[in-house]
Amino acid sequence: MKTVFALLKKDLLLEMRQQHSFYGILLYVASTIFVLYLSLNNPEPDVWNALFWIIQLFVCVNAVAKSFLQESRGRMLYFYSISGAREFIISKLIYNIILMLLMSGMSLGLFFLLLKNPLSNPLIFVGIVGLGSVSLSLVFTLLAAIAAKAQQNAALMAILGFPLIVPQLLLVIRLSKAAFGEQFRDGAVLNLTGLIVGLDIMVLVLSIILFPFLWKD
Amino acid sequence: MRKSWWKIVAVVLLTYTFTAGFLIHIPHIGNLKETARNLFFHVPMWFGQITLLSISLIYSILYLRTPNLKYDIFAVCFAKTGILMGILGLITGSIWATYTWGSPWSNDPKQIGVAIALLIYFAYLVLRNAVPDIDKRAKVSAVYNIFAYFIYIPLIMILPRMVESLHPGGKGVEGNPGLNGADLDATMQLVFLPAVIGWTLLGTWISTLNIRIELIRDKNLLNAE
Repeated sequence: MKTVFALLKKDLLLEMRQQHSFYGILLYVASTIFVLYLSLNNPEPDVWNALFWIIQLFVCVNAVAKSFLQESRGRMLYFYSISGAREFIISKLIYNIILMLLMSGMSLGLFFLLLKNPLSNPLIFVGIVGLGSVSLSLVFTLLAAIAAKAQQNAALMAILGFPLIVPQLLLVIRLSKAAFGEQFRDGAVLNLTGLIVGLDIMVLVLSIILFPFLWKD
Repeated sequence: MRKSWWKIVAVVLLTYTFTAGFLIHIPHIGNLKETARNLFFHVPMWFGQITLLSISLIYSILYLRTPNLKYDIFAVCFAKTGILMGILGLITGSIWATYTWGSPWSNDPKQIGVAIALLIYFAYLVLRNAVPDIDKRAKVSAVYNIFAYFIYIPLIMILPRMVESLHPGGKGVEGNPGLNGADLDATMQLVFLPAVIGWTLLGTWISTLNIRIELIRDKNLLNAE
């Protein structure tokens, strides 16, 4: 557990010292949403919802990709000697979740600012955004590790990840409609949330089981 | 004979499927008419695909447990035949849909499911091609194969419950989202079960042939260990 926190602290410190990458992704988010604002002002709620999640998907690919790609071979060897594979992947998962939650929060703010607010229940939507960004970052963390191991760029990650993220994305988009004032059947909201959380736990367990195999060389 | 009995079974069952499938009397329900015979060709493709992909998964797990390149070859060959059966199922399904639902593609959850499955497994092949080193390729693709399979299975269980379906047993229809065996006419059942087994065996047979070719091609590598 101590190793996990040490690795997490190292990642966060690195992020704060090398702010260019953080601001780079932030600028990516801002410019994408600005382009959206220019191409359509006042979109329908359904379009707003779909666009928001697609933007999150792309932001996630870009934000998570560098978590493994930035580590050089020598540095990986160093981590290998000081910590176990499980601690390493857990710290990366937590780090990516934090990063993605920040990014989603920023993009939600920008969406409200530029593309108006069609939500009837913004508070619920914030919760759903949190859940969704956790799901996205969990799935893409292991894929980033795979892509890094294959010595490929973020493009391969997108090819590998887009079909795999469909279940979570569909569930989250469906669930988001609760925040647009759509009436669900009794228990349907809880049901959907349960499904997403269940999938997240499965992805988490798979990542922890599978990563040690990627790590050894 | 001892080793090839199942190939003979496959040939016999498929011969039976093709003759009986076209000759038996089938009940006419709604606008299905004679197209219902496609059941013996279209549906077994899905059974075959899932079976082959599951075998591929087992070999990927075996590879991670004991890194033997043979397992990697087994895994990729079964996945490739699984893809082939997926494509055949998609084509037979589209033809069937053209005559019964009015268009080859209607965003049915099972159609979306197979499209995603094909994307996932094409990505698997792309990933394999992207890694030049053989051992690393085997390891990385085994990890992806396992990860993908465990996300794909929930997906095909979730999708039919979320999107309106034209298939039997979808959302708003009684029964499970797969095929409900109890609904099947008794005479059709007599052909359907042998058809499923026959097609699955044929898929396995194609995979084993492919595996043998690959094993010969990589003979030097495998023996070098």
